[in-house]
Amino acid sequence: MRYILLILGLAVASVMIVAGKRGDMSRKPPIEMWDDMDRQYKLRPQTSANLSPDGRSSRLPVEGTIARGQRFADVPENTGRKPGTTNYVDTIPVAVTPALIERGQERFNINCSPCHGKTGDGNGITKKIGAMPIVATLHDPRIVGLVDGEIFGVISYGKGLMSGYAANVPVEDRWAIVAYVRALQLARLGTADDVPAEHKADLLKK
Amino acid sequence: MSDVFPKWTNRLPLLVIVGVSLAGTAAMAGVWYYLTPKYTRVGYQPKQPVAFSHAIHADQLGLDCRYCHSTVEKSAHSNVPATSTCMNCHNQVLKEDPKLALVRESFESGKPIPWVWIHKTPDYVYFNHSVHVNRGVSCVHCHGRIDKMDEVYHAKPLSMAFCLDCHREPEKFLRDPKLVTDLKYTVTAEKQELDGKKFVHDWKVNSSQACSTCHR
Repeated sequence: MRYILLILGLAVASVMIVAGKRGDMSRKPPIEMWDDMDRQYKLRPQTSANLSPDGRSSRLPVEGTIARGQRFADVPENTGRKPGTTNYVDTIPVAVTPALIERGQERFNINCSPCHGKTGDGNGITKKIGAMPIVATLHDPRIVGLVDGEIFGVISYGKGLMSGYAANVPVEDRWAIVAYVRALQLARLGTADDVPAEHKADLLKK
Repeated sequence: MSDVFPKWTNRLPLLVIVGVSLAGTAAMAGVWYYLTPKYTRVGYQPKQPVAFSHAIHADQLGLDCRYCHSTVEKSAHSNVPATSTCMNCHNQVLKEDPKLALVRESFESGKPIPWVWIHKTPDYVYFNHSVHVNRGVSCVHCHGRIDKMDEVYHAKPLSMAFCLDCHREPEKFLRDPKLVTDLKYTVTAEKQELDGKKFVHDWKVNSSQACSTCHR
């Protein structure tokens, strides 16, 4: 009896020593038990694939083509420019609704606030940690004076040290951000005269 | 006859019964403990080609998850950011740092950085990120406190039982979709109960448990 217990105890102890416990950190890829069909001969996004010349599963678009659903028409909604010209449109070419501005706020806070700050004053985290000395304040008269289409253009293609965000922010969200930037500018630079007459009373209350 | 079967053999049946049942129990306990993703996957922390710290970027700098993982709300696949996204800041920040050499090299050559994929479902599981984050399943539910990890590790088992825990009782987990990327979010039990029921009802959440929901 003693021997059985001893052998068993040793076996259990050695398994525990070798295998450790749940949640132990490991550099080695997980063992896949019963791995039938766990890894199939098919492509998953952003993996490597020896089928394509550059070794990626997600192929780059062929030059001169666009992906399905991608916008291409020469209309202000897509380009921020007057059709057939390089002139920026003066106003946002989509309907500006409270929902759009709210969407713009969310997208601005995700994509723009790290540098431009949540209020657009150029005091984002990159400025605060001293990593980026020059960040534009969106309340600068030069930027306030830009037409809406040009702000859309800067978001899309960048300007100076700022990269373009066309790849990360879809067209409709860029317009939402433009609307929200305008809202931020109004909030910072507006005066009591900008408040509609019927809401003036509310203003004085607070 | 006593020479053929010595006296100790009288105890043999007992020893066999006890031995086999103990060994069986131990083996079963071992299977239960070791052969599930709770053991096999949790704690997987591969060495990444670039020492990117989520703790610095998400927690200290306060970047939203979606700054980099920009497709998560629209696509089944949550993207690993392109190198150009890194370079939005790192064209100025730490632009000479040797730790970022591979990033700059990738940016110039167009060759992707070979990040190691950690949270890998089996290929017969069709998980859709967008449908989850748009209905208030937070990143933290499946990925843990990424914002506290210097090096990302597999924090949750992501086993089938893990998926079903939530699919059976989504009201215990759902939150306002505006807060999905807030990994610090905490909620009282009472509020979660109210919120959860409301969200499940308002959004007609149908977290199906049919096989073909995930295996199609």
